[in-house]
Amino acid sequence: MTESPIGYVHSTESFGSLDGPGIRFVVFMQGCRMRCEFCHNPDTWNMGGGTPFTPQELLDKALKYKSYWGEEGGITVSGGEPLIHIDFLIEFFKLAKAEGVNVSLDTCGQPFTYDEPFFGRFEELMKYTDLVLMDIKHIDDEIHKKYTMHSNKSILDMANYLSKVGIPMWLRHVLVPGRSDYDEHLERLSDFIDQLDNVIKVEVLPYHQLGIYKYKELGIPYKLEDVEPPTAERVENANRILKTSKYQTQ
Amino acid sequence: MEKQRTENISLESIWNGFIGKQWKEEIDVRHFIQSNYRPYDGNESFLEGPTKDTEKLWDQVMDLDKQERAAGGMLDMDTEVVSTITSHGPGYLSKDLEKIVGFQTEKPFKRSLQPFGGIRMMEVAAESYGFEVDPFLSHVFRDWRKTHNQGVFDAYTPEMREVRRTGIITGLPDAYGRGRIIGDYRRVALYGVDRLIAEKEADKTKSDTAMMDEKNIRKREEISDQLNALHQLIELGNIYGFDVSRPAQNATEAFQWLYLGYLAAVKEQNGAAMSLGRTSNFLDIYIERDLENGTMTEVEAQELVDHFVMKLRLVKFVRTPEYNELFSGDPTWVTEAIAGIGLDGRHMVTKSSYRFLNTLTNLGSAPEPNLTVLWSPKLPQSFKNYCSRVSIESSAIQYENDDIMREEWGDDYGIACCVSAMPIGKQMQFFGARANLAKALLYAINGGVDEKSKKQVGPKFRPITSEYLDYAEVTEKFDDVLDWLAEMYINTLNIIHYMHDKYSYESLEMALHDSEVVRTMATGIAGFSVAVDSLSAIKHAKVKVIRDEDDIAIDYEIEGDYPKYGNDDDKVDDIAVELLKKFMSKVRQYPTYRDAKHTTSILTITSNVVYGKKTGNTPDGRRQGVPFAPGANPLHGRDTNGALASLNSVAKLPYKESLDGISNTFSIVPKALGKEDSVQQNNLSTMLDGYVKMGGHHLNVNALNRETLEDAMEHPEEYPQLTIRVSGYAVNFTKLTKEQQMDVLNRTFHDSM
Repeated sequence: MTESPIGYVHSTESFGSLDGPGIRFVVFMQGCRMRCEFCHNPDTWNMGGGTPFTPQELLDKALKYKSYWGEEGGITVSGGEPLIHIDFLIEFFKLAKAEGVNVSLDTCGQPFTYDEPFFGRFEELMKYTDLVLMDIKHIDDEIHKKYTMHSNKSILDMANYLSKVGIPMWLRHVLVPGRSDYDEHLERLSDFIDQLDNVIKVEVLPYHQLGIYKYKELGIPYKLEDVEPPTAERVENANRILKTSKYQTQ
Repeated sequence: MEKQRTENISLESIWNGFIGKQWKEEIDVRHFIQSNYRPYDGNESFLEGPTKDTEKLWDQVMDLDKQERAAGGMLDMDTEVVSTITSHGPGYLSKDLEKIVGFQTEKPFKRSLQPFGGIRMMEVAAESYGFEVDPFLSHVFRDWRKTHNQGVFDAYTPEMREVRRTGIITGLPDAYGRGRIIGDYRRVALYGVDRLIAEKEADKTKSDTAMMDEKNIRKREEISDQLNALHQLIELGNIYGFDVSRPAQNATEAFQWLYLGYLAAVKEQNGAAMSLGRTSNFLDIYIERDLENGTMTEVEAQELVDHFVMKLRLVKFVRTPEYNELFSGDPTWVTEAIAGIGLDGRHMVTKSSYRFLNTLTNLGSAPEPNLTVLWSPKLPQSFKNYCSRVSIESSAIQYENDDIMREEWGDDYGIACCVSAMPIGKQMQFFGARANLAKALLYAINGGVDEKSKKQVGPKFRPITSEYLDYAEVTEKFDDVLDWLAEMYINTLNIIHYMHDKYSYESLEMALHDSEVVRTMATGIAGFSVAVDSLSAIKHAKVKVIRDEDDIAIDYEIEGDYPKYGNDDDKVDDIAVELLKKFMSKVRQYPTYRDAKHTTSILTITSNVVYGKKTGNTPDGRRQGVPFAPGANPLHGRDTNGALASLNSVAKLPYKESLDGISNTFSIVPKALGKEDSVQQNNLSTMLDGYVKMGGHHLNVNALNRETLEDAMEHPEEYPQLTIRVSGYAVNFTKLTKEQQMDVLNRTFHDSM
């Protein structure tokens, strides 16, 4: 018998209502390589920390809330970047599917690659995944690099791959004034989304400052101190360009 | 007595279109409902808004409400006429506009004098609002006509007085009406009062030949009182120009008859909770018949419901400021139970379930009537989502688990006050307020010495003298304290209810019950989560005792962390379950007045603030004077693992051990329920399904932002109808004391990002 892979969990939320349909048990995995300057969970960046769980332990914890999931809800694994823990995720999702649980993966897509061993593992994971939530931070690769310290190539690759294999997807875009709210970029993003076949929902997430205190606690400089949340008009504008209402009915 | 008899109308024509036989032969409203109600599976799209008349009347009410606030809480009081069923002439808002009529006195917002519970309470209350009870009446009730309050204090032991003073048992109905009795007001509409009189006379006759022992004599006296009340109810009808001696002929009459029955009850009794029962489906049968006959439109049907509910919102009692400190915001607990599932498996949602909830939209939010949805996952989804929608908009609905209550009480129970279920017309309770278990735990540590008064209140046994508290030693001594407390508590309640029956008998409400009823002795628990967390701290961390110069433990230092109730952690939740079971097993040991069945509730309403004030530092780290959590809630801020973990902890408490109810108040920021309205509604419905499936009994749902409440504290005049749910009850937020407002603000608001 092989030993269960261990996943490092930053925290869990028993009542998630935003990350996937219905009421969801949300697992925030520890560790992320991206350094998005607007990230509201910088406390999940560190690759070292987190509470160790076996897949079964984590599932037992989640199943205590099964009564509240109804027909739509279930489990969402978020982060941090969950794909860092892909071996753990495969086991975890496999067990969850055996219990009939709806499972969503909330990823930034950055670890995605067609290279092995990752790709084979990812294909395996997708067998047990009902929905992928993906964040496209910026459609322009240069700007993406500037704000997240990483290229967006692997992210767009992953979106295209998921479209090809038909895994339903929610696409999200964090709207940061002066960073990611220019019409030109929103239009390019919209074109990208339009050519995907698997998108069932597009969401504009207005940047907020609720994570600032975490930066202070962690002693990480916060680069967006003077950036205000976008105005309702700008949010509306982004919604219009990204045609989010077209997807809301899904 | 002159009766305003209408011509003889045959029962066949009055009951035309209603099917079933059994309910015609005997008094059986449940059978009538089951034979005739129409489950409604559709959505809310049929609902109508308020009519012009409704709006005019409500404006009038809001204006009077404003005047009442400006007057300091009581606009007018009758200080000269003792309230009885027939004491006052007719009263109206605007006679021509009102579809349902009747006030407690000859005008709205004028409160009545109800001295049978206790004259002192009336005098103090009147005085504190600038009124004076007619000195002659004071004289009558002080010197000639004994009151309930006087009777109780005649029989109390010195120990009982002390226990009451220190607040280990508080809120006892020994100076005010006990309430928590629901007359089956539907009987007035369905059968007419003549028929009810005939049945009661027959019941009385049955006892003619029995031995005249105390029990039988009491029964004969009580039925005679009930008969008097019924005759007075006919007269009350006459005062307003209705002949309630016969059954109601149509929906308008059914509402009016039923309301007059209820009005008679509140004219006779100033009970702590004067609940309505389960009337909407009953009334729906009449509405459906009129709609079908073409004698009523949907607009008229909604108007009728709106006007009825408006009257229920205007029930007012004279109460002291101290009483309001315990139970805030002028509560009357006109609780109405809606929906549920029938024993035959059909859901009991009718169009009138919607119409009643729609009053929160048509008239705006309000605490009364206390609208209670009997929830089951088997309710139609469209109705569930409508409830959720109205909840999110109004924060005025409470939910109770029909699946576990139906098993105990059938499908024609109502809710008295907040969480007390009882089959309508067949069961009543002896309300017993609550015992402070947090304080009881401190008595265990201090050998029965009160930590605040420093007096020996409990039995004198050896206090704990060790530096660190030992779990085994504490639980052993706690066991002894609970034994003593339970005996003292039941004995005290026996006295109270003996005297209440004797000096302030609810003859009208009991006339609308079967002559043989089941009685419960409803004890209660306060300080539940504080006691549980304290025990958990003693068990799982190290608790060091700080003693004063007299060696009385006055403070505690906790070394290390401990699992806290409200996080779905069995290490502490098991302690909670054990504590409840233990308390009930103690209570069950002592015999009750009239063989009432022992029950308990975990419910505090707003009294958690006062109880907290009266309790010293506790071993869980709570500081002296800090409010307890309401009801069975985890203590504010200690449920840190999210909303569902908090719900799961409370849901573990077994209903069978707390048959008088387990109250949980849940506050959530609307946005945490989801983004779009439809998602929020779905998620709230699904969450309620989940809580019910987990066995949770009761849930108050507040969907509010903290900022709204803060703003309402600053600008109360802008929020005259801001309603929030507290333990088992809704209150008008701006009528709370500052302290209670702060308590509400400090509670956990579940949020997520």
